[in-house]
Amino acid sequence: MKTKKNLTSLILPVAFLILVFLLDQLIKPTDSMSMLLTVLQKGSVYALAAVSMNLLNGFTGLFSLGHAGFMLIGAYTYAIFTIPSQARDSVYQYFDALIRVSFPEVLSGALGGFGYVLGIALAVILAGAIAAVFAWLIGLPVLKLKSDYLAIATLGFAEIVRAIFQWQKLGPVTNGSNLLKSFERTSTFRITLGNGTVISFATFVPVLIAVICISLIVRLVNSTYGRAFKAVRDDEIAAEAMGINLARTKQLSFCTSCFFAGVAGAMMAMVLSIAQASNFKVAMTYEILLMVVLGGIGSISGSIIGAMLFISASEWWLRGLDSGSFLGINAPGIFRNGFRLVVFSLIIMVVVLFFRKGIMGDRELPEVIQGWRQKRQSRKRRAE
Amino acid sequence: MKKILAVLLAALCVVSMAACGSSAGSADTIKIGVFEPQSGDNGAGGKQEILGMQYANKETPTVEVGGKTYKVELVYADNASSNDKAPSAAQNLVSAGVSVVLGSYGSGVSIAAGDTFNSAGVPAIGVTCTNPQVTSGCDAYFRICFLDPFQGTVLANYAKNDLKATKAYCLAKQGDDYSGGLVNYFIEAFGAENCVSETFPDGTSDFSTYITNAQTQGCDVFFSPVSTEAAAQIIAKADAQALGMPILAGDTWDSNVILDAAKGTGVEVAVTTFYNEGANPKFDDGIKAWINSDSTAKANNGGNDEIAAVSAMGYDAYYFALEAIKKAGSTKPADVMKALPSNTYDGVTGHIELDAIGDAVRNSAFIKKCNNETGKFEFVTEAKVQ
Amino acid sequence: MKILLPYILSGVSVGGQYALIAIGYTMVYGILRLINFAHGDVFMVAGLVMVYLAASTPLYIAIPATILITVALGFTIERVAYKPLRTAPRMSVMISAIGVSYLIQNLTLYITGGLNKNYPEIPWISDKITIFGTTTTRVTLITPFLTVALCLILVWIINHTKIGMAMRAVSKDFETSQLMGIRINSVISATFVIGSFLAAVGSVLFFTNYPGIVPTSGSMPGLKAFVAAVFGGIGSIPGAVIGAFIIGICESLIKGLDTILVTQGVMASPFGFATFSDAFTFVLLIVILVFKPTGLFGEKQTDKV
Repeated sequence: MKTKKNLTSLILPVAFLILVFLLDQLIKPTDSMSMLLTVLQKGSVYALAAVSMNLLNGFTGLFSLGHAGFMLIGAYTYAIFTIPSQARDSVYQYFDALIRVSFPEVLSGALGGFGYVLGIALAVILAGAIAAVFAWLIGLPVLKLKSDYLAIATLGFAEIVRAIFQWQKLGPVTNGSNLLKSFERTSTFRITLGNGTVISFATFVPVLIAVICISLIVRLVNSTYGRAFKAVRDDEIAAEAMGINLARTKQLSFCTSCFFAGVAGAMMAMVLSIAQASNFKVAMTYEILLMVVLGGIGSISGSIIGAMLFISASEWWLRGLDSGSFLGINAPGIFRNGFRLVVFSLIIMVVVLFFRKGIMGDRELPEVIQGWRQKRQSRKRRAE
Repeated sequence: MKKILAVLLAALCVVSMAACGSSAGSADTIKIGVFEPQSGDNGAGGKQEILGMQYANKETPTVEVGGKTYKVELVYADNASSNDKAPSAAQNLVSAGVSVVLGSYGSGVSIAAGDTFNSAGVPAIGVTCTNPQVTSGCDAYFRICFLDPFQGTVLANYAKNDLKATKAYCLAKQGDDYSGGLVNYFIEAFGAENCVSETFPDGTSDFSTYITNAQTQGCDVFFSPVSTEAAAQIIAKADAQALGMPILAGDTWDSNVILDAAKGTGVEVAVTTFYNEGANPKFDDGIKAWINSDSTAKANNGGNDEIAAVSAMGYDAYYFALEAIKKAGSTKPADVMKALPSNTYDGVTGHIELDAIGDAVRNSAFIKKCNNETGKFEFVTEAKVQ
Repeated sequence: MKILLPYILSGVSVGGQYALIAIGYTMVYGILRLINFAHGDVFMVAGLVMVYLAASTPLYIAIPATILITVALGFTIERVAYKPLRTAPRMSVMISAIGVSYLIQNLTLYITGGLNKNYPEIPWISDKITIFGTTTTRVTLITPFLTVALCLILVWIINHTKIGMAMRAVSKDFETSQLMGIRINSVISATFVIGSFLAAVGSVLFFTNYPGIVPTSGSMPGLKAFVAAVFGGIGSIPGAVIGAFIIGICESLIKGLDTILVTQGVMASPFGFATFSDAFTFVLLIVILVFKPTGLFGEKQTDKV
């Protein structure tokens, strides 16, 4: 039984990755289905962000609203360390760039194509690591706070980070409040073969990173650490009495969550092809939180589903609500700019008020599928 | 209750999924993407720019390509004045199958979307995005307006020579490539030692302290080429606190929002712009008649028929794009892209011709001044920089 | 001193407006232990309602109608979005508050088309006046006095009326007061009504001073007002008011700090303090939370609402 479960949880992501790779080759950017790729790219960014927030809010019971700040740190770290040297001066048009290392460039110079991949991986890991270091520093004072005080303190921290990154004096590093661009991004993730065929990895790379990171989080949640997190969530005092070091467990969960938030930030930069501090506002954290709620607090697969639904609905399916006609109904008076978001936030309010458990509750997808299977089997048996 | 709601939600999802597959255009239309902000900070400006395109589209709704007449359809995508919404809005246009894209008002969104257009091979024509970064390093982006280094120099010269200013206060919005870029080139031309430069964060509504800062530091010109939304607030505060120096700004301020704000106040406002009303009476009368006859257009223009420079630019951009399509003899984006660099057009804002980077060759700008009594712009001079 | 005056004036005025919003936060938090994230948006909606009403009706109708509509909105939000979750965990209620805030912002985005709306000019209070050589508008001067007056009235209500007593009781102990026959729901509704009323008054003052409304206009003032409430000691009305004034003045001074220091010869070149005018508020918040979580006026010494 156990091996079977492991096998399905291995086959599922691999099959998904192969599918994504094929989609990447089959769908051209000018096709009408190309929104599917955009949704997959953005969806995987938000899926990882939502899962990492869920690790904190759902599994450890620490209500943090600082995610946008940590994603900002990740996005900038990634961007700064992957700008190719010939583009650097035009990006830092008003400043003298201080950091002039591009990991993929340096490593591909030394190791070729493998070095390029390694360089990207290194930049992504560094993005997470720096976010985690900041998380550790801020965690020291604020993790002692009670639930909603913690929320507002982390929210404040995210705003402080945003201000620091926009500070003109840090311009040589962060380009001031101007955007960073021209770094290695999804549209540069491609190989041109000898005969001119282009193999694109634009969607594959973000999805791959998300899959790797989320499986790491799943492993963590199912380990002894994960059980400690849940114990802290359910009852701090009882957990402490059972010998769990409260401060350390909270700090561990906070730093891990923020590490992956940083990685998600790096992916965000890749996917958007720009990084700019002014995009990482509180509203972004709220959106991620709503995805977690939509999917079910305490369910990893729920967060993934929530994020994917949220992104596809807001970027793709409900677009018609903004542009005059939807489902064949033509009403430019009602379906004008902004209606999509109204419908969307109404759906979310319905979920928040009436389906408090979200789509998945605190169950995971394999459990649910198994549940269906058992039900079907028992029905079959009864029929016999 | 709960079950019914759940079923309804699920049904909505399924149906909307089905709905998005069915948006194929017919064979004899050609789509032009309109990549403009319709909400957010630059929403008002973006809507005015769209007006020019809509009017041009109304005037010339068809184009003849290779002996066949195509109907031109404008496809809109709102980039919400936000750099992180811009790439997916751009992707929406690309996937709708547009041949060429016009826009955007605001440089940041154009920079952010450049990559999307580039990798899809769809050409984009910047209408009023003046930051050099829009076209540099992006093959798909062209533009028909002048650039920040030029505009900044014109403004600095005007401040120095005509206004006899010796110290300038510069205010830009944090993280805004348009105002940040323009302020930077203004300072370069005016002399950094004579400038006080500050930025305000996103969502600021209290500009009184910035006005005080300018007064306290003894500046004699106030340069703030920010969005029209902030502009209205700055003018209101400048009036309330008796600023005592002229306010100078770039092309975005050539809008009736500014005129409304400045009317009846004692604030002196001067702007550089692309278009001087009255230069082409046929266009002026035509667009005014159209705006007055169409209530939505009038609302989008801020409730009156004052023509913004960006509307004239939008008008020219549409015709410039049509010329390029005719020249390409094809509706394919790749062919239009090839035809664009050598494309020329004589528009209401002057002759348009592109250089090697894809920027318009323009060496003159109009300077206009706001008349506080009539609430109209008055022509001051045409400035040239060689 | 002369150089500081304009900054302090604008700071006091902003502070007064924050204070009116902060009272709403502090009262709701005192009773429900809920950060009502939608409160800032209620404030913004009050401004928008005024814009639309003033376009069609004279001011003496528009202003009271605005206040009424805002109060109704606050009441409705509580009934629809918070009341059903009374027994749910605190996190659910907070998420509901965030959802409401998201909904209100998107709804106003739809209605206004995302464009900036200009606030109507209210005669007399938006007139120009000059004091000590600084030119400003009358509303700047009126705000602090009006705020303090409203605050005094509110404190009197809480200390000397039946509903005030009920509020104090509920904030001390939710369940026991319920057992004592206090109708919890009407007390909570009353809190939201008072909070929304003050937000509406605050919005009139705020937007007369800074006449431009966008869907996100409420979120920053809302957050800052909440910080003010925490700073002053959450649950304490005088604390919220004093906290708001301190934050308003500091914010204004920070924006002007470069100019002050450069003109006084302390610094040769500007440091870019203005970038941190918003962030400063949050630094203050974290410092307060870490070192004195009960705020300036800790719970014990003052009446908690």
